[in-house]
Amino acid sequence: MKYVEEFRDQHHVCAIAAAIAREADVSRRYRLMEFCGGHTHAIFRYGLQQLLPNNVEFVHGPGCPVCVLPMARIDQAIRLAQQPDLVLCSYGDMLRVPAGKGRSLLQAKAAGADVRMVYSTQDALQIAREQPQRQVVFFAIGFETTTPPTAVAILQAQREGLTNFSVFCNHVLTPAALGAILDTDTPLAIDGFLGPSHVSTIIGSRPYEVFAERYQRPIVIAGFEPVDVMQSALMAIRRINQGQAIVDNEYTRAVTRDGNAKAQALMAEVFTLRSEFEWRGLGLIANSALKIADAYAAFDAEQRFDVPLRALTEIKGCECPAVLRGQKTPLDCKLFGAPCTPENPLGACMVSSEGACAAYWRYGRVQEAG
Amino acid sequence: MAYLIKEDREARIDMSHGSGGRASAKLIDTLFLKHLGNEMLNRGDDCAAFEVGAGRLVMSTDSHVVSPLFFPGGDIGSLAVHGTVNDLAMAGARPLYLSAAFILEEGLPLRELEQIVISMASAAEAAGVRVICGDTKVVEQGKGDGVFITTTGVGVVPPGVMISGDRAQPGDVVLLSGSIGDHGIAILSKRAGLSFETEIESDSAALNALVAQMVQAVPQIHSLRDPTRGGLATTLNELARQSAVGIRLHEAAIPVKPQVAAACELLGLDPMYIANEGKLVAICAAEDAQPLLAVMRAHPLARDAAIIGEVCADPDARVQMQTRYGGARVVDWLAGEQLPRIC
Repeated sequence: MKYVEEFRDQHHVCAIAAAIAREADVSRRYRLMEFCGGHTHAIFRYGLQQLLPNNVEFVHGPGCPVCVLPMARIDQAIRLAQQPDLVLCSYGDMLRVPAGKGRSLLQAKAAGADVRMVYSTQDALQIAREQPQRQVVFFAIGFETTTPPTAVAILQAQREGLTNFSVFCNHVLTPAALGAILDTDTPLAIDGFLGPSHVSTIIGSRPYEVFAERYQRPIVIAGFEPVDVMQSALMAIRRINQGQAIVDNEYTRAVTRDGNAKAQALMAEVFTLRSEFEWRGLGLIANSALKIADAYAAFDAEQRFDVPLRALTEIKGCECPAVLRGQKTPLDCKLFGAPCTPENPLGACMVSSEGACAAYWRYGRVQEAG
Repeated sequence: MAYLIKEDREARIDMSHGSGGRASAKLIDTLFLKHLGNEMLNRGDDCAAFEVGAGRLVMSTDSHVVSPLFFPGGDIGSLAVHGTVNDLAMAGARPLYLSAAFILEEGLPLRELEQIVISMASAAEAAGVRVICGDTKVVEQGKGDGVFITTTGVGVVPPGVMISGDRAQPGDVVLLSGSIGDHGIAILSKRAGLSFETEIESDSAALNALVAQMVQAVPQIHSLRDPTRGGLATTLNELARQSAVGIRLHEAAIPVKPQVAAACELLGLDPMYIANEGKLVAICAAEDAQPLLAVMRAHPLARDAAIIGEVCADPDARVQMQTRYGGARVVDWLAGEQLPRIC
């Protein structure tokens, strides 16, 4: 696999680990927040934290699209799926996310709802073409990475005159989440960021510059492979040592400063900003999500079906909000491990393999050497 | 299929094939007996009788519900034979006889059924087992997935062989017979809504001949298991729990074909959790590891066999993996179904 194996090279990773050990100042701590669930997954899957000195610590950020979707929106999706003659198409990870006690899309499916896992918006479109007598709703979630394909699907449906296809839009914006984490009353316990990788291929590295400047923290746009994560950590440590709060780009093989103009234009055409949107763990954030523009209202499931948002309360004791902000680790949560496990997830961070809790549970319980 | 008489070539299974009447009898005669027949099955009694030789008798059953029915490297027929033959072989047994129960969905083309039965017959012959009893039921359209096949098998364990999942001990060595994930990825590549081009074929194969040679060389093998559903990770967790030990793996030693690795990368899956149908895990004492590895590598089904880890003491029965970078992580049980990641 070209462009994959090179970035998993053992000697390269170990050489970077040695450089970090050399350059990290033993008299201080380095708390680096990796923004994306993809980073979190790589750190645990490859055991990267253990290659770092004790004073360099990864703090897991909110960049797991499954984890940040509030329960109320999943509840809405479940009630959409329960409409007669409706097919709800979703990305796989979403199926298991609990929306309150004993309720998930997987359980709705078992109870008779037609819920299908798809790998792309094109699969959902195909189902709509093949079953013109049924309504097909695509449960759109994710950051800027997954947004352009949703825009393409809506434009395609319009072009083909598909009247039975619509989108339940939950796309959210990365810079808004970064702002919400940085804009805190308590002193910021993060020294630098590993910035989004795939998201940045779309939006570029420029949108982060204002945050680095305003909050005086370096941000390194980082790929998802072990070499990427380690190299980015080294670059962040160097900036911290130099006292420079600027945006660097480690993921140059995919990310430019201005991003993908065509994808951005597609998003601007099909979506507009929501005035506010609830994020699990981060609360209501202004201008942090997208909705379908009026010109494409015919493809907006929220307008086509009468399934209003219901307020739902978070599960008592669940520390997902603090975990998503990097203020607590999964081990600080009383529910972690019992009763909240990947088999029986109570909070969203336990559901997706990109969630910090699931990563801790799956990979983190390593026996002490002996 | 050239085997069916001409007027039946477009025929499909209907409810009368499960009625027990003339249509059922015709199906049995012209299809099942024709291909699977032997003196015990042909007798047509309600049960089959056979003599038992020396040694312990083992018995296992396995239901097969694979979709699609035909996939690169095999089909549900060969799989139904391999699945049960392998379960018997994992006790070190010589498989002898199988039963086969078919649940057919109304509308299944007869020529597909015949293709499946022919494939079963040749898989059984290759594995040296006979199908000696069977059953057929038909369910209405929409209530099955073409065909479901349950096979039950019996075999005999030679005297002196005592292979079981609870016999792994600290200090033992863990061997794997070849690359992981081939079967699951071959199936996924043909599944509706998920088509992608790959040359990967299922590894579906009967492992009893391989096991016979392994047992002959090292009769004191502690544990054998075929990492089917749930993949290598699940199988090792089962063995660790049964034996109340820990297992430490070396990531770099586990063979994964580049095409499987690439497909997993694309789909967001972990090959450690992908099904295999022609691989086995063996656990033996450290001093037996090299001789056993040599025997395995000499067999065509285990040419890529490798030592992948060791058994250690661990009251929590964890399976841990040393990553290629020297870090460590837990290799947990699979939670729910393996679902693709989004980002």
